[in-house]
Amino acid sequence: MSQLSSELPAFPMAKAKGCPLDPPPEYARLRADRPVAKARLWDGKEVWLITGYDEIRSIFTDPRISVDNTQPGYPWLSEQARTVVLTGGVKPVGRMDPPEHTAMRRMLGQGFLVKKIQNMRGDVEALVNGLIDDILAGPRPADLVTALGMPVPSTALGWVLGVPPADKRLISLVPRLFDEDSGLEGAMEARAELFAYIDELITHRESEPGDDIISHLVGYYQKGELSRNSVLTQAVTLIAAALDTTRSMITNGILALLQHPEQAAALIEDPDLVPAAVEELLRYTVVTEFSSKRVAAEDIEIAGETIKAGDGIICLISAGNRDEKVFTDPDTLDVRRDARQHLGFGAGIHTCIGKQLARMELEVVYGTLFRRIPGLRLAVPFDQLVFRNTFDVQGVRELPVTW
Amino acid sequence: MAIARVHLDASKCVTSGQCVLTAPEVFDQREEDGVGMVLTDTPAPELLDRVREAAAGCPAAAIRLLHQPSARVAGG
Ligand code: HEM
Ligand code: SF4
Repeated sequence: MSQLSSELPAFPMAKAKGCPLDPPPEYARLRADRPVAKARLWDGKEVWLITGYDEIRSIFTDPRISVDNTQPGYPWLSEQARTVVLTGGVKPVGRMDPPEHTAMRRMLGQGFLVKKIQNMRGDVEALVNGLIDDILAGPRPADLVTALGMPVPSTALGWVLGVPPADKRLISLVPRLFDEDSGLEGAMEARAELFAYIDELITHRESEPGDDIISHLVGYYQKGELSRNSVLTQAVTLIAAALDTTRSMITNGILALLQHPEQAAALIEDPDLVPAAVEELLRYTVVTEFSSKRVAAEDIEIAGETIKAGDGIICLISAGNRDEKVFTDPDTLDVRRDARQHLGFGAGIHTCIGKQLARMELEVVYGTLFRRIPGLRLAVPFDQLVFRNTFDVQGVRELPVTW
Repeated sequence: MAIARVHLDASKCVTSGQCVLTAPEVFDQREEDGVGMVLTDTPAPELLDRVREAAAGCPAAAIRLLHQPSARVAGG
């Protein structure tokens, strides 16, 4: 079987009317007929789309697959993305292949120790409870993107990065970095400010090290194992990879629960369900639809197709997470199912480095919000919600709620 | 009876912490870089299911459960 290049479908694909967070309906057709299929990108280049769960896992764990975005076949989704991402020239951890990648994960490993993240839980609970106090004391409707989605991940990331608690600059930079309103110019300006800000933190940690990621990276730099520029790049990458994703996941998850009140009620009734609900929401509402781009370093036979060395690949997590071979009744949200094998944090060596931290934040938010405000509901009709999809992360722009 | 031995290839580990979450009685992480380590390489039989789960769940495929016959197997 081979596809005629003249009839290749265009990628990205259109979403159905209804919920803009649902994967495009074409993914299900592809998964059934051709889980490894070619499509055409905006620049005329061909790309392999992977839509089957098993096939995605197999690409994620295949050592012949690279994440190197300087390869000519690497699939870019826009000229703007290519320009912004390739500026600077130092590779972030997510674009390194082994052995460079393995070494970099180790330099970052101390900041994400399971024990360390577990010890932060009490602080995250206090943070979330304080923010919910503010919501309850404030006007209705409240926008949960600004009230929870932004402050929770940026405060928690500030703790692991070693941002002084009184310093609110990180929080104020997030909306300008990620929102469409700021435009390319505004985003580049915010990006430059972010680099300058992190540079300042690095200088501070050179003389006053603490037990935080920037200090650990500075330690490797001082030992001559890492360039100062790489310290800067890795720190900025963590911010870029952590904030928009977690913010969107917090609010998409809340939205999905508001749309399925019986599921939210189950969480209030049985708080032990919360960890399973987090996994199910990560399966069901994928925020990083286009995150997992690859390029083949060698020829690969998969699902009856041959991916040639140099070919670009996109693993469609939202398609894999709805694969009926793995998840019964995949289009139904069910917080009681065991969804732990979902691909929401990727799989294989590039699996999300911040997933323990993100999971904990999500558990605390979903577990606390619906318990403390049981009458929570959308303050506008669903079809008036505005969605955004910038920098490969999709989510709701504002989530107005009342109670 | 066969003895199961747990082996963790530290050179492959990507410091995900998955093994520690799955079987904290058997795995821990090195403080200095988060690399997984085996606390007891011959865990109690009741832990073996979770060790298998940890091996299957390791994103770097760094964990193996090796079976070593403790005595000659009957019938060769
Ligand atoms: C709910 C929130 C999050 C989601 C859904 C998410 C999702 C993902 C996914 C799907 C990948 C794999 C990308 C690929 O296959 O190429 C990934 C990688 C990554 N994530 Fe996350 N992430 C989240 C939160 C975070 C946080 C909080 C941090 C940091 C504190 C973080 C840092 C990273 C980094 C550095 C990588 C690259 C890892 C590597 O290539 O080795 N993420 N994330
Ligand atoms: S699960 Fe694998 S990659 Fe993760 S810490 Fe354990 S050994 Fe390392």
